[in-house]
Amino acid sequence: MTTIDFYAILPLITLVAWASALLLLDLFFTRKTEGLTPILAALGLLITLVISALDLGAGSTAFNGMIEADGFSSYLQILFAGSGIIGIALAYGYLKRMGINKGEYYPLLLYSISGMILMAQAADLIVVFLALELLSIPLYILAGIARPNPASEEAALKYFLLGAFAGGFVVYGVALSFGATGTTSLSGIVAAVDTGLANMPLLLIGAGLILIGLGFKVALVPFHMWTPDVYHGAPTPLTAFMAVGAKAAGFAALLRIFLAALPVLAGNFVPVFWILSALTMFTGNLIAIVQDNIKRMLAYSSIAHAGYIMMAVVTFGQEFVSKDAVASSLFYLLAYAVTNFGAWSVVIALERAEGKGLQLEDYYGLGKKYPVLAAAMLVFMLSFIGVPPTIGFMGKFYLFRTVLEGGYTWLAVIGVLTSILSAYYYLRVVVNMYMREGDPEIAPDRLVQLVSIVGALAVVLLSVFATPLFRWASQAVLNLF
Amino acid sequence: MTFFTNPLNLVTLFPLVGVLVILLFKQEQKKEIRWTALIVSLITFGLSIWVLILFDPNNPDLQLVINLSWIEIADWEISYQMGVDGLSILLVLLTTFLTPISLLSTWTAVEDQVKDFMIFFLLLEVGMLGVFLAQDLFLFYVFWEFTLVPMYFLIGIWGGPKRMYAAVKFFLYTMTGSVLMLLAILWLGIYQGTFSVPDLTAMGGIPAQVQLWLFLAFAAAFAIKVPMWPLHSWLPDAHVQAPTAGSVILAGVLLKMGTYGFLRFNIPLFPKAALQAAPWMALLAVIGILYGAAVSYYQKDVKMLVAYSSVSHLGFVMLGLFALNPQGIQGGILQMVNHGISTGALFLLVGMIYERRHTRVMDDFGGLWKVMPVYGALTLVVTLSSMGLPGLNGFAGEFPILLGAFGSEAIGSPWYAGLAALGVILAAVYLLYMFQKLFLGPLDKEENKGLKDLTVRELVTITPLVILIFWIGLYPKPFFTLMAPAVEKLLTIIEAASLAMY
Repeated sequence: MTTIDFYAILPLITLVAWASALLLLDLFFTRKTEGLTPILAALGLLITLVISALDLGAGSTAFNGMIEADGFSSYLQILFAGSGIIGIALAYGYLKRMGINKGEYYPLLLYSISGMILMAQAADLIVVFLALELLSIPLYILAGIARPNPASEEAALKYFLLGAFAGGFVVYGVALSFGATGTTSLSGIVAAVDTGLANMPLLLIGAGLILIGLGFKVALVPFHMWTPDVYHGAPTPLTAFMAVGAKAAGFAALLRIFLAALPVLAGNFVPVFWILSALTMFTGNLIAIVQDNIKRMLAYSSIAHAGYIMMAVVTFGQEFVSKDAVASSLFYLLAYAVTNFGAWSVVIALERAEGKGLQLEDYYGLGKKYPVLAAAMLVFMLSFIGVPPTIGFMGKFYLFRTVLEGGYTWLAVIGVLTSILSAYYYLRVVVNMYMREGDPEIAPDRLVQLVSIVGALAVVLLSVFATPLFRWASQAVLNLF
Repeated sequence: MTFFTNPLNLVTLFPLVGVLVILLFKQEQKKEIRWTALIVSLITFGLSIWVLILFDPNNPDLQLVINLSWIEIADWEISYQMGVDGLSILLVLLTTFLTPISLLSTWTAVEDQVKDFMIFFLLLEVGMLGVFLAQDLFLFYVFWEFTLVPMYFLIGIWGGPKRMYAAVKFFLYTMTGSVLMLLAILWLGIYQGTFSVPDLTAMGGIPAQVQLWLFLAFAAAFAIKVPMWPLHSWLPDAHVQAPTAGSVILAGVLLKMGTYGFLRFNIPLFPKAALQAAPWMALLAVIGILYGAAVSYYQKDVKMLVAYSSVSHLGFVMLGLFALNPQGIQGGILQMVNHGISTGALFLLVGMIYERRHTRVMDDFGGLWKVMPVYGALTLVVTLSSMGLPGLNGFAGEFPILLGAFGSEAIGSPWYAGLAALGVILAAVYLLYMFQKLFLGPLDKEENKGLKDLTVRELVTITPLVILIFWIGLYPKPFFTLMAPAVEKLLTIIEAASLAMY
């Protein structure tokens, strides 16, 4: 391992070491000191975040081309570590309140994030698979951590079975790609294709299988069936984290594999992506309309948002658009992350033991009784719909620009029309909060309320002063191709 | 720091000061909140008068321009650009004028959540002013969409029994058009490289075929807002369910955002498409005029009647704009203002009687003149103005519109104007019918006998509108002077396009 290698994976090493140490340390914490675990976990993520931001391995390729440390990976690593910190803030009071305060929650979360961090850097299909498993397995366990709550157990089992299934697709796809090109490294595949040595039909099938596997992870229709049940059954702070982290990691792999390595397959995959994207936006938004449980509603909404990001991926074969495709996806992931954590923080504030407080009726009268929290939720809902001035609007603006640049006007039309469907169910929450009478209760969890308020401010302010974020997203793409 | 000293920016953002102050009050301090909102809106009106003083009516171009770079998205530079010209100055004044009047009308009508109400109302004012002043498509879209949110709440929280349905319908309807416009805006950004409206207008050069698509996408947003027949079905719901102040602003200003959109964007940006579409737009406008009038006649609820009359009146505006000649467009712009004043006043008057009797069904009234003579007289003036009696404001707008439409080359047939003139007669029918039902005949309902005439506050609310009704009716020249050069300039674009086509 050279110095370059070391610097390239420094965020990963830090986090894995920290998680392992924390796992051991947690054993020695008594009831009095057990509050230290989440604090230390957050500290570890903060250090990882700083290291990622320093970008020590800037632009280097490490471990014989298996690891790429570039702006793309740095951007996503910061996103993952930041999401982790917010995820911990949301979980801290929640786990205690629900009586599931188990120390291993936090180290497992860190392991999962380390998988995501690796995914952002993966420049080799084997590493993609490794990262996929590393991020997924802790999530399977975490989904079931509310044991013996049957919903949580069901979520864990369902997630595990379907996740393992999806992992199987990926590994099979990797094998076929290896068979087709004689290598698993992305640059090697590009070279094999360029020199004409690759067996194209085989590569096509391999890539298709990888797409299916990753489609499961990011919850594209028709691979989305697990999402509502898992999102519903898992502890809410974990759901909030999964909706951002697992989705972003899946898209990290999709973007790197298809845009950087396989634009040659565009002719075959563009129609597939087109249909997947349209179907995902449509189905996710349509089914969300009839949900009465807010966790399930947000689960379907997260499916729909995967469809929006997928729109940008459709343009992956066009060289002059692909930079925008990646940058707009990255920006949208960030916008989605901020909005999503905000919305889930409100859900967590209202949730009570035994899954109560999660129905849409439980939001009746929130606007009168807790005006600040309701106003925050309003901002998040508007951001999800894409009404300015919110960061969700900025995200959609850039995404739709990319799609139109790529020439997929009808896909863009489908995109905006489905966002009207989405307005209907997001507004249901607003109607319930402001236009109906009720007497809701919220948990006295300062940390969660802080996330709501800061989140709402961020959603608005980051949209008005969005230039640095857009620049950051554009720069993240520079060395990708 | 031009951002804080530019008069236009000051006008637009000043209501936010009120929002911040109101946030400091408690929900119970209703009096303080109401006065703060009113004073802030009056200062905003004062600022807009200042803009009018600075405005040079002989200059056809944008004035008092503020142009700052704002957001960079990849290679796009989005500017924060505002400006005012003859097309928008009257609408800005209309907005700042109607806002304090609407607020005054809520003094006793809104008792619940006064704080929230005033915040939403002032936010709405920011949005509306932004729409009329923004000269960058991105900025325009931000303001345009933003107006949805406060209006949605005004209907949804303080509205009538079916308010939630009406609020959501309003939001979804309007958004459907808006998002299609967003795609067209993006198209312009991608292929023309800028969102700046003056730059885009000067640049031109969009192929005729594409123009048509872009025209339609923009028209989707604006036609729903106007609303043009057959996209009007959200309007009666929203109007009837909205609280009085909401209806006044909705009819007075929000609908004008649609007609203004056609004027500011559709016609100058896509002149060839505008010429091609003119007969069709005229057709829809005329159908709207006749349909709105016919449906108004059959309403039992006064507010419903006034709501449908808007469909009819806005049809005149659209007909005038797409006559694409000086009379038509000038009449159209003036008619926007007129409709804001007359229909705003009608909604205020309906609100006043509703506050007293809690019903708006015409059969519950009759003979009101005997108990409320002042109210009756004012209603008569407003009604006559709305039906276009010469000497009052409605005529000053409708006459040039019909004149313009009659001789319009773009529309190509005098029949549209002829049919539209029929609408004027129908307006007289349904409005006089309404007046008769309310005020004439015997005072036979027991509940109506004890009704009190207007209070001083109510008189203060309605009088400025009545003064304007007479002013515009008797001496409209200053209003036409303000817009004439800008309309001339707009028509040179149309002429150039017309020469290029034929």
